This record gives sequence, structure tokens and C-alpha cells, in this order.
Amino acid sequence: MADVLVVAEHRRGELRDVSYEAITAGRELADARGGELHVAVIAGDVDAFAEDLNREGVDAIHTVGNGEEFDHNVYQAAIAALLDRTDAATVVAPNSVNGLDYAPAVAEDRGLPLVTDATGFEYDGGLTVVREMYGSKVETTVDVDGDRHVLTVRGGEWAPAEGVGDATVESVEVDLPESGARVTGFEEVGGGDVDIADADVLVSVGRGIEEEENLELVEGLADALGATLSASRPIVDNGWLPKNRQVGQSGKVVTPDVYIAVGISGAVQHVAGMKGSDTIIAINTDPNAPIFDIADYGIVGNLFEVVPELVDEFA
Amino acid sequence: MKVLVTVKEVAEADDDFAIEGTDIAASDLEYDLNEWDDYAVEAAVQLAEAGIADEVVTVTIGPERAEETIRMALAKGADRAVRVWDDAFEEGFADVAAKVSTLEAVVEAEDPDLVLGGVQAADTGFGATGVALAERIGFEHAAVVNDLDVDADAGVAHVHRELEGGVEELTDVDLPAVLTVQTGLNEPRYASLRGIRQAQRKEIDAKDLGDLGLTAEDVESALAITSMYEPESESDAEIIEGDAGEAAGRLAEVLRDKGVSA
Repeated sequence: MADVLVVAEHRRGELRDVSYEAITAGRELADARGGELHVAVIAGDVDAFAEDLNREGVDAIHTVGNGEEFDHNVYQAAIAALLDRTDAATVVAPNSVNGLDYAPAVAEDRGLPLVTDATGFEYDGGLTVVREMYGSKVETTVDVDGDRHVLTVRGGEWAPAEGVGDATVESVEVDLPESGARVTGFEEVGGGDVDIADADVLVSVGRGIEEEENLELVEGLADALGATLSASRPIVDNGWLPKNRQVGQSGKVVTPDVYIAVGISGAVQHVAGMKGSDTIIAINTDPNAPIFDIADYGIVGNLFEVVPELVDEFA
Repeated sequence: MKVLVTVKEVAEADDDFAIEGTDIAASDLEYDLNEWDDYAVEAAVQLAEAGIADEVVTVTIGPERAEETIRMALAKGADRAVRVWDDAFEEGFADVAAKVSTLEAVVEAEDPDLVLGGVQAADTGFGATGVALAERIGFEHAAVVNDLDVDADAGVAHVHRELEGGVEELTDVDLPAVLTVQTGLNEPRYASLRGIRQAQRKEIDAKDLGDLGLTAEDVESALAITSMYEPESESDAEIIEGDAGEAAGRLAEVLRDKGVSA
């Protein structure tokens, strides 16, 4: 029997969906180990958060009311304190930018094995985690030594926990050292002339376009279709298109009627930003590209041959 | 100030690949400098060019093969390199703690003020080594940095952390620190011919665990990969067959059906 401690995530006063997904994953692991599910909510309006986090399957909620926003030092100290005062054997955290800012430190500090970006797991006397490697081209199973661990879980892999639970809520005082990392503010990025989230039809371009001057080709397609041009991360990283054109986890989440992915392999961070599109069309040379897993229509072929023909069709 | 950059040579699978045991067949893997680390190297070299860093040292855990990749980092302006490898790494899958133990020993020897590394390695994708290293060596840290301004006199790095959904967190991080660098932080340069020539004369200090005062036990891994397989395709996509013209014609029908037109 061993308990599980899930760490909730919030930003600027709002709980993030990954919190509820992590609760589902945590409950699954707690069930497999015959233990209880604890949830930690740290900083901000913890009492209001605790109310929202009291979903079916949650046994205990621990609130740590230090500070307003995320501070990895506060999170780390709070989690350490909760590991000391509960029987939690495994910490489950979202595999988010903030999750990856404290979970590795928690694992290191406590001498626990760490597995990040889990997409599934099994517990049968020991923990076996499913995760991807080689840019989502393969899945692996990873056996983890020992019966205590830190696990971060990928967003969108577990259904969000629902219902209303009957968790106990307890406020915990944690002594904190002065933090050497101080949040001074937030900035929204990606503003500008175009909001790709408003578009009905998006022509989205990825690494397959190879060179900046080849962008003309997809600009031509967008014109021919009356569509808006968007892009995957590498195009924006290269400075070929501005940040407000980026679709994905760190860019915009879009849900157009039609999304045409041109030369986009479909990395998980990209898919997170466009999987809600009504119709997804993919043009890619690699038949194994993950973009085809979520596409409704696919052309396995060279974009430099297909796109000009498609433009001609609408000329 | 001295900057240590953690650099990994990563493997990328060919479009067609075979799985042998618990890894992709070596013949179906291509090796390259990890994309995220390329941005970390560039950030360090820019700090040197700005007169903020006096020395940029790269550290790699990797076999001799990795020296080609390390030379690329040297050609871009790093001053010298440390490469650690040992038979102990040949067996099994090094977990984060094993890498941290190795890097900790290098940090002790090099005594850097700032450690930069990529957010994650493209092949294993753990995204954890930098933050775990910071905890081990008692440095501050920030993960997923996409804007960096080092004020050496004040001993602070002003960073932006790229959160999800187009939001950046502005954070001041006390030095010494470990920062994990996101792609897009800067524009990594191409190595110049002069840089490539100079890199041939720069030092790559190859060490094994013994040289660092470590043993195989220090890098024992708590993780073992027990299987690797291609994920079952969940695709129910209608694949449009035919040559480019035929496929484009059929796709045009689909698009018109959906009401798409200029």
C-alpha cells in the first residue's frame, strides 16, 4: 500500500487543465497500489483552488499558501514537507514548463528515480512507465527501480478528473528559505496584425519547407484558398514568420474548419495546438509522420510537387 | 565569468528504421548536435563576445564518435571541451541522476558561474538534467529560457521562461545558476571556415569516470528500457493516392466539399 501525491498547477489565478489530468493519472496509480490520493496546491488562492480540485477520487488536499505565483523553490520545499508528513510514495506532476522546473529538483533532492513525459504506466509490484523516444517515432516501456518515484505526465493523455469528491482539506505551513529566483511579471507574446485563432481555414507550414524563400509556395496556396498562413515552431524559431503565426503548445491553440499541415511532422507540442480542428489535411513525405495519426486526409508526397498542383486547381 | 555548456550528441532515426532489442538499429540512426544545445552554445558564445564571459567550456557525456559534434561547438566559438565516457555508460540507459553525478564532477573541476544547456535532448526527451544538476550543485536555476540578459556585476540573470499558450514569465535568477535554453532564444551561427580550422587545434579533454573520481556505482541507473516498439498507428486518415497531380486534384475536391475557396 502506498499513497500518491499529485501536484496541481495554476497560473495567474486559474487552475490549469493538466491538474485534473494529473489527478486521474494519480488516482490510477493509487488504485494500483491500494493507496490514497493526495493533492498539493501551492501558492495563490489555495482555498478556492482546493474547492475546484476536490474531484471524485481525491482523498486529501493539502494547501500551502505561500506566495501568489509559481516559484520552484516554494514548490520544492512544500512537496518535500508533504512527502515527510504523508505516506506518499510517488509524486505525480504535470509534464509542463513549470512541472519540469521543480520535479527534477524534487527527485534529486529526495534521491528518487525520475521519469518524465509519461504517456501511460502500469504498476505490478513495480512501476513500468510508457514514454516516447526519438521524436515520437517509438514508444518505450521503462522499468523503474524501487517503490518511490517522481513522475511527470504528458498533457492530454489522461481524461480530466470530474465529479465532486469528499477530500479532506488541510492547510500546511512550510518554512521557506529566501528564493534565488523571483518572478517579476508576465508577458503575452504573439500579438500583432493577425489572429490565426480566428481563421476558418489555415495553411500551416513546417520544417519540410526547407528554406525561407520556399515560403512563397505556401503563401501562394493560402492566397489561392482564401486561407490564413500559420506555422509550426521551427519556422518561427528561424525568424521566417512572426510568433503570432505559431500553432502549438507555446503558441496558439487553433480550431479552424480546415487545417492543412504542409511539411509538418506533427510533434506532440504542435498537435496540442491544432488537434481540435474540424478537418485536418496533411501533406508530408514521411508515411510514418505522427501528423497522419490525427489527419482526416493525407497525401504522402513531396510538398514541392503537390502544392503547386493544388494551387493550379484553385487558380 | 566562466560558462559551462552541456552539449549532447543526439541520434535521429531515419524515416525507415528497424528496432533491434530495445533500441533503434545503429545503422538507422544519424548523429548530430542536439538542436536545443546549439542555442545554448550560441548564448554562451554571445556572452563571450559581449565581454561578459571569459571562457566557454563545453561538456559532453558521449563516446569518441561525439567528438565530431563537439568540434562543431568549438568551431562556433567555445574555447575548449570536456568529453566524459566510460564502459559503465555502454550498458543500459543512463538516468538523470547518473548524468548529474557525472556533470557534478565536471562542475567541481571547472567551477563555472553559469551553466547553460538545452531544455531537452531530441532523442530521449527527458527535459530534466539541467534542473536536477542545479539542485545537486546548489545553483539556482530556470527551465525553458527564451530570453536571456546576464548582469554579471549584479550577479543576476534576467530571463524569460516560455510558458504554454504564448505567455512568458519574467524572472530574475541569482547567479551562479543553471539555465535550460529553449529553441528560438537566438540565431545559432554556422561555423565559419576559420572557426572550423581553429577548432581542430582546440582541446577536447577526454575523461573516464576514474579521472573524475567516480566509479561505475556512481552512475548506476534506476531506469531500464525493457521494450521499444513503433506506436500503433491510430490513423484513420484517408490517404489520397496517385501522383502529385492526381492527389492534388482529389484533395481539391475534398476542399471544395468543405466550402474552401478563395
